[in-house]
Amino acid sequence: MITAKNVHKYFYVPEKIHALNDVSLSVAAGETVVVIGPSGSGKSTFLRCLNRLEYADGGEITIDGMGVLHPDSDINAIRAEAGMVFQQFNLFPHKSVLDNLVMAQVVVRRRGRDEAVAKARGLLAKVGIADKENVYPDQLSGGQKQRVAIARALCMDPKVMLFDEPTSALDPEMVGEVLDVMKDLARAGMTMVVVTHEMGFAREVADRVVFMDQGRVLEVGTPDHFFQNPAHERTRLFLSQIL
Amino acid sequence: MTLYSGLDKPRSPLYRKFWTGVFLAGVALCVLGIYAATQYVDYTWRWYRVPQYFFYEDVIRVVAEIEGEVVDVAAQGKDALVTVREWDGEGTQDYLVPADDVRVHQGDFVYPGDTLGARSQWKTGLFLSGLWITLKISAIAIVIGMAIGMLTGLARISDNPAFKWTAITYIELVRGSPLLVQLMIWYYVIGTLVNQILTNAALPKVPTFWYGALGLAIFTGAYTAEIVRAGIQSVDLGQMEAARSLGMTYSQAMRKVVMPQAIKRILPALAGQFISLIKDSSLLGVIAIRELTKVTREVVTASLQTYEMWIVCAVLYLVMTFTLSLFVQRLERRAM
Ligand SMILES: Nc1ncnc2c1ncn2[C@@H]1O[C@H](COP(=O)(O)OP(=O)(O)OP(=O)(O)O)[C@@H](O)[C@H]1O
Ligand SMILES: [Mg+2]
Repeated sequence: MITAKNVHKYFYVPEKIHALNDVSLSVAAGETVVVIGPSGSGKSTFLRCLNRLEYADGGEITIDGMGVLHPDSDINAIRAEAGMVFQQFNLFPHKSVLDNLVMAQVVVRRRGRDEAVAKARGLLAKVGIADKENVYPDQLSGGQKQRVAIARALCMDPKVMLFDEPTSALDPEMVGEVLDVMKDLARAGMTMVVVTHEMGFAREVADRVVFMDQGRVLEVGTPDHFFQNPAHERTRLFLSQIL
Repeated sequence: MTLYSGLDKPRSPLYRKFWTGVFLAGVALCVLGIYAATQYVDYTWRWYRVPQYFFYEDVIRVVAEIEGEVVDVAAQGKDALVTVREWDGEGTQDYLVPADDVRVHQGDFVYPGDTLGARSQWKTGLFLSGLWITLKISAIAIVIGMAIGMLTGLARISDNPAFKWTAITYIELVRGSPLLVQLMIWYYVIGTLVNQILTNAALPKVPTFWYGALGLAIFTGAYTAEIVRAGIQSVDLGQMEAARSLGMTYSQAMRKVVMPQAIKRILPALAGQFISLIKDSSLLGVIAIRELTKVTREVVTASLQTYEMWIVCAVLYLVMTFTLSLFVQRLERRAM
């Protein structure tokens, strides 16, 4: 469903950084992959390369068979298939919750308003905030915002979902409600790539865990492999710091 | 209320009363000072001469054109038909005058130039016509300037070097030269050229009004562009990324997500810009557009009441700018 082959990414400002160094990963349909690693290791950059929010400098990336870096492919069509959830939610503050969910359906998927509203209501109910559809984002708690953001991405009927530290900006008591939504999604068979520091989530939900360090994928394996006997010294050090 | 209320100990009620009094005394002193100074130089205030430059009664006299006898005064609705027969013949002439101001009777003998009756009409004075031109030209310049500003602001942050450098060149040229000079160029250089070409092609000329409106619009457009650019850049990058990650194109994301948020933020700055524009329109007099300032000069010449007329002129500008800023304040509150 997602493949990344030998992906490289450099940043030149403020200084030259090799942010992704020959990263390869493939995610099968229905699989949940959790990406962990220290700060600055390139997790976000990798995720953002997948839907081309960052343009990878080398390598090959496909989503559902469509080449992300291929000059002929329609990037907007690809992005519509890859829902993204941000650490900072990035809800549209000038629109009500319902309109946050409806907008892209109408603009991108060309659905009629009624159809889009029905879809939005269904998803709001699924993430447990059906009663907030007429509220504006700044009146929601962090956990509610992130659940709206997830519902907004799901409205597009994406084939894959990308999560970049979806719980890092939340107060601790709200982390659970967001993770629960993500767990349901994983169990329902969504293909997901999740960058997170929630090791509990990784252990429980992940089919595979990826450890990144200094722009490289250092280790890939099942949660059991990871948390019981990681192969690399670097991985062990990281896990001992975080657990 | 104040910026740092609560940091110092609360003021006594007397404090507020005293300093309000000081302020009012200051205002009174200024007004009195000016009044005293004008008395000293023997200026006679004649405020009663002001209203006629807003509205005046124009009396049109109906005069006889022949010499003869009034043979008939017949009512015709609100008017009366006065028939005069030539004294040395049978020819008659009819005159229509308002029924309530007929100044001849049947049997009267009239000579050419005699008043048969008068009709009076209220007409708008110079101040109102100037005010109207100022409003009209400012409104047009605001609308066009807003459109130019949006497009230029977007071009300014565009990746395309042609768009970007066009925008930068335009903004720098306009912001780097005085409006007065720009208006002169619009009227005496571009205006002359265009009208010459149009005349040669047997087409009608473009009226001066439009050179003025365009000159102002292009001037405002450059400042608006910078305001728009700053507004767009103040919207969090995450908004654009969220919109694009849902599959929206750049222009869809701009229109639906970024611009609405930017506009809301730049509303106060835009209002300031448009208030400046209304005031700047006072320069249009130099290219023979009879806006408020220009007509005030005419009124001063006609009435000789320099002080009153310029004060009225200033008050009229204040009314316009104040109304605009009130309007924008309401808009802002609604946009919240
Ligand atoms: N837009 C950018 N411009 C320049 N450098 C960048 C940019 N984005 C990321 N980097 C750099 O690339 C490297 C990888 O960053 P990235 O954000 O992918 O790390 P991360 O693993 O997501 O870290 P964190 O856990 O802190 O989110 C870092 O050194 C970062 O400073
Ligand atoms: Mg990150």
